Amino acid sequence: MNSMAARRRHPATLVVMLLLGLLVTGVIYAAVDSGTSAQAADQKWSETQVEAGKKLFAEGCSSCHGLGGGGSSIAPTLIGSGAAAVDFQVSTGRMPLAAPGSQAPVKGVIYSQAEIDAMAAWVASLAPGPAVPSDAMLDTSKADLAMGGELFRTNCAQCHSFAGKGGALSDGTAAPTLMNATPRQIYTAMVTGPASMPVFSNATLTIEDKQSIIKWIGSLQANDNPGGLSLSRLGPVTEGLFVWIVGLGALIIVAIWIGVKAK
Amino acid sequence: MSDIATPGTTADEHGHDSGDLELPNGRPAPAPLPHEPRRADVDPKAARRAERQVSTMFLLASLLVIAFIVAYIAIDKNVVIALPVIGTMSASNLALGLTFGLAVFLIGAGAIHWAKKLMPDVEVVQERHVLESSPADREEAISVFDAGAQESGFGSRKIIRRTLITALALFPLPLVIILRDLWVTPTDSPSPNELLSETIWTKGERIVTDGSYRPIRPEDIPVGGLVNVVPASLEKVEEVEGTLNARAKAASILVRMTPAEIRSQQGGSAEEPWDVHGILAFSKICTHVGCPISLYQQRTHQLLCPCHQSTFDLADSAKVVFGPAARRMPQLPITVDAEGYLVARSDFQEHVGPSFWEQGSS
Repeated sequence: MNSMAARRRHPATLVVMLLLGLLVTGVIYAAVDSGTSAQAADQKWSETQVEAGKKLFAEGCSSCHGLGGGGSSIAPTLIGSGAAAVDFQVSTGRMPLAAPGSQAPVKGVIYSQAEIDAMAAWVASLAPGPAVPSDAMLDTSKADLAMGGELFRTNCAQCHSFAGKGGALSDGTAAPTLMNATPRQIYTAMVTGPASMPVFSNATLTIEDKQSIIKWIGSLQANDNPGGLSLSRLGPVTEGLFVWIVGLGALIIVAIWIGVKAK
Repeated sequence: MSDIATPGTTADEHGHDSGDLELPNGRPAPAPLPHEPRRADVDPKAARRAERQVSTMFLLASLLVIAFIVAYIAIDKNVVIALPVIGTMSASNLALGLTFGLAVFLIGAGAIHWAKKLMPDVEVVQERHVLESSPADREEAISVFDAGAQESGFGSRKIIRRTLITALALFPLPLVIILRDLWVTPTDSPSPNELLSETIWTKGERIVTDGSYRPIRPEDIPVGGLVNVVPASLEKVEEVEGTLNARAKAASILVRMTPAEIRSQQGGSAEEPWDVHGILAFSKICTHVGCPISLYQQRTHQLLCPCHQSTFDLADSAKVVFGPAARRMPQLPITVDAEGYLVARSDFQEHVGPSFWEQGSS
C-alpha cells in the first residue's frame, strides 16, 4: 500500500476533495461581464464636428493610424473606412488599442458618443465609406423574425454560434459574443467587417435582411434560461465538461464517503 | 488452485482468521488488520446519536417529497427568478429539482449512514472453492463426447462431413453480396462516384444569395466581403425530393479579395479566369467530413472549419494549411453574364464534400 492510497482514507480527504471540486467549479463559472452602450444618432456631419474630430483623432489615434488617417506599418488606413467603422470600433471599446495584437480586445469605452460622432465625421470626410445607420434603418418593428433566424444561421452562426455566444477562430482570434451588441453595433459590424469578420454589404444582405438579423439577435439576447444553468449556451462541449467535472466529481466524493470506515 | 493451503480454521472473536494462511508461492499471507470497534459499538450514546441522524435524514426526505408535491401544485410554471451566477431560471424547475433530488439523495445517504454506523461491521472471510471439476466428472464428459462423435459418424462418414463443411463455408456469402450492393448500384442509376462528382451548378447558372435567392453583381461584393450562395435553380427544385442532397452539394461561398492578393487559383487562363476581379467561389462543404464551412477570416483569407479546425488558404488555391482535411476546397469557376450578374462557368472540377475511397487522387 503506497502513501497516496493510505491517505485516501484520511478524514481530511473528503474536505479536500470538496474544496477542490468547488474551486474547479468556481474557476469554470467565473463569469465575464462586459457592457457596452451606444446611443443611436444619425445626422449630417457639421463642419465643427469634422474639426473637433480631427483634433480628437490627432490626440488619440494618429500615433498608429497617422496624422492624415493613412495608416502605418502597424495600423491600417482609415481612408474609405467610413463613419460606421469608427462608430463600431470606438463605441465597443475596441479602439483606441492598447497594443497591437491578433485581435482588439473589448475594453471600456473612453469617448462620449459626441466625440465618437466627431471622429466618425472626420474619417467620413476623408473618403466615402459605410455610413452610420439612421434610427429608421435600425427600426426592427416590421422585420421578419423567422427570416432573421434563417439568415443568422446561414451567415452568422458559423462563427458567432447558433446562440450568438461567439466562438474560437484561428491564430488567437475569436468571434465575439453578441449578447451585449446594440442594433447599431450589429449593423456597423456587418457593413464594415471589423478584424477577421467579412463584409456583408447592403447589396447581398439588404437593409431589411439586416433588420431581420438584428431582430433575431435581440430575441437571442432576451432569452431566459428556464432550464437553469445555461453553461454559456456553448453546446455539448461545456455540457460534457460540466458533467465530467461537476457530476463525476460529486459521484467520486460520495463514493469516497461511502468507502471511508466509520469511526 | 488446489495447491492453496487449507485455510486456517481458528478465528478470533470478531471472525478474523489467525493469519496462518499460505500463498501459492509459499509465503505466509499478510495478517488482516485488527478490528477496531466503532464509537457506536461501545458507546450507547453515540449509537443513539447515529440513530437520530439516520432518522432525521429519512424524515427530511419525507418532508421534501411533500414539498415537491406542494411546489408542483403551487408554483406557476412561467414564474422566473434570478439567481446569482446561474442567472434567470424557472422557479418551478428549481423547486422541483431541488426537493426531489435532495429527497432521493437523503434516502440513499441515510441508508449508507445507517449501514456504516449501526449495522455489524465485522470482517468476514469467504473461502474460495476449487474451480476445477472432479476427475470423475471430467472422465464422464470426455466419454460422452467420444460416444457422440462415434455414433454420429462424423469421423467415418466422409461425404457428410465434407458437404457440411462446404455448406458452412458458403453460408456467409449472401452477407458479402448484400454489402456489395451498398456501393454497386443497378446499371441505370449513377454510381456514388458519379453522384458525388456532379452538382446542379451548370454553365451559365446564376449565383444567388442563400435564403433570399437574389442574383449578385460583382459590385455588390466589397473587398473583404463574404456571400453564402446557391445556384438559382435550387429555388425551383425546393419542393422536389432530393433537394436536400442537391442543396448540400451545391452550397458555396463567394469571397472577394484584391486581385493582387490571390497567389494561385485551381484553374483558369488569362482569357478565361476562374475569378471575377478578385471574387472567388468555393464549395462550402469541407473536404474532411462534410461540415458546411464559411468561417472566412478576411484578413488572412483563411477558411476555418469549426468541426475539426481544418484551415484552407483561399488566396492560394484553397490548399489545406492546417487540420485533418486531406484535400483542398474545390473552386467553382465563375464569370459574369450579359446582364452583369455572376454566373458559374461550369460545375465544380473536383469532387465536393468529404473524400472517399473510389474517387482516386484529385
